[in-house]
Amino acid sequence: MIEFRLPSLGADMDEGKLLQWLVAPGDAVKQGQVICVVDTVKAAIDVECWHDGTVQRLLVEPGTTIPVGTLLAVLRESGESAADVEQRIAATGAAAVPAAMPVPAPPRAAPPLAASAPAERRRVSPAARRRAAELAIDIDDVPAGADGTVALADVERTARVAAAPLPAAARAPAPAAATMAERAEQMRKVIGAAMARSKREIPHYYLAEDVPLASVVAWLGERNAGRPVTDRLLLAPLLLKGVAAALRRFAEFNGYYRDESFAPAEGIHIGVAISLRAGGLVTPALMDVDRKDVDRLNRELLDLIRRTRAGSLKSSELSAGTVTVTSLGEQGVGAVYGVIYPPQVALVGFGRVTERPWAVDGGLRVMPVVTATLAADHRVSDGHRGGLFLAALRDLLQNPDELTGPTTP
Amino acid sequence: MNRDELRSALLDALAGIAPEIEPAAIEPAKPLREQVDLDSADWLNFLVAVHEKLGIDIPDADVGKLTTLEKLVDYCERRR
Repeated sequence: MIEFRLPSLGADMDEGKLLQWLVAPGDAVKQGQVICVVDTVKAAIDVECWHDGTVQRLLVEPGTTIPVGTLLAVLRESGESAADVEQRIAATGAAAVPAAMPVPAPPRAAPPLAASAPAERRRVSPAARRRAAELAIDIDDVPAGADGTVALADVERTARVAAAPLPAAARAPAPAAATMAERAEQMRKVIGAAMARSKREIPHYYLAEDVPLASVVAWLGERNAGRPVTDRLLLAPLLLKGVAAALRRFAEFNGYYRDESFAPAEGIHIGVAISLRAGGLVTPALMDVDRKDVDRLNRELLDLIRRTRAGSLKSSELSAGTVTVTSLGEQGVGAVYGVIYPPQVALVGFGRVTERPWAVDGGLRVMPVVTATLAADHRVSDGHRGGLFLAALRDLLQNPDELTGPTTP
Repeated sequence: MNRDELRSALLDALAGIAPEIEPAAIEPAKPLREQVDLDSADWLNFLVAVHEKLGIDIPDADVGKLTTLEKLVDYCERRR
């Protein structure tokens, strides 16, 4: 018997609202499959199941707000019979959770034009769901597109149809503003709580080092010159490769501090701070940065940012980061001193890349330079090691050719 | 495709990258990245979407000049 619980969604989110089941009792589930969607203040999260099995019971109704750790469903493993699992559910008392939901949920009155799958099994894009909420439209009343997915355009179309007979004055935009403002306020609250906890519990220290980027920028320019736009590299993946390579040498900055002790992480999964235009930020993780080449990281970073903007992330991405990197330099600041995202123990920041005078071999040159910073946890490391880490990062970023392959020195 | 259609296709591509923007509020002669707060990854995602929608590949060397919606429309009109 497999108990499927709401996984951690990162340090700053401790609950979510179940939006939708993507499986029904009797469905086979593969490891890594997304089986439900949970809404949080930051995004609609695709929740993955990490076991192979067959869905026995769904225990929570869509629309319910549930804390992290809640038992959501019970699956049976291969070889188990449904009766075995029912018996074990009874024995463990798991069924004390409201007996199984009606299976399948009774279909709603078919909305006009909806020729596709029944409402409870169709896919709704996060942007569509959010827009529908803003427009005060019931998402179940929006007909799906040809592929069975309800997309943003479907919501807009429904909104236009719904709004058409009304005089302009009757279409109050108020719900949109309220929903956006409410969400932003909630997000500010959860970020505030997590950051207050970080500052209360983690004795931060801060270091900075200027890193000349002449070779990296030249390498990038050469590499991008002949490339089509679909194949173009950003600077960020190169900086991330540098951080990952430095972390391989300084394990005390990559991992989690829990229960009064530090456990270094096996993989280097870098949480990338992405600020949302409506306010707030999300730090989904790029997995195994040290083991991927720079082209693949570039693709994954672009995809991660696109999905973050669209409000569509996976649960594993929100909780997997073993360290965080922020590059506020994009917004024009020279340096950023970050607040560590617990239970992580370090945050690396990059400021704006600027042309600065730089002494080389007794002469002056003008070259691109970035200020790299480290905020780290004094319970785990000292400033001396932090300084060596930043110096290693600086040196690694002088040799882009060595940095860009799948394995780092 | 005339200029209005090009502009509309560009705004569609932009809406895909920044769903929360109001296309009607974009001022065509003002710097686009500042108005919409696009970082370099958003910008690259936008250029990729333009490539997919319009089949126009914008070389790295030209990207820096295309700061406003109007300049993008001009460029796409010439390149088609």
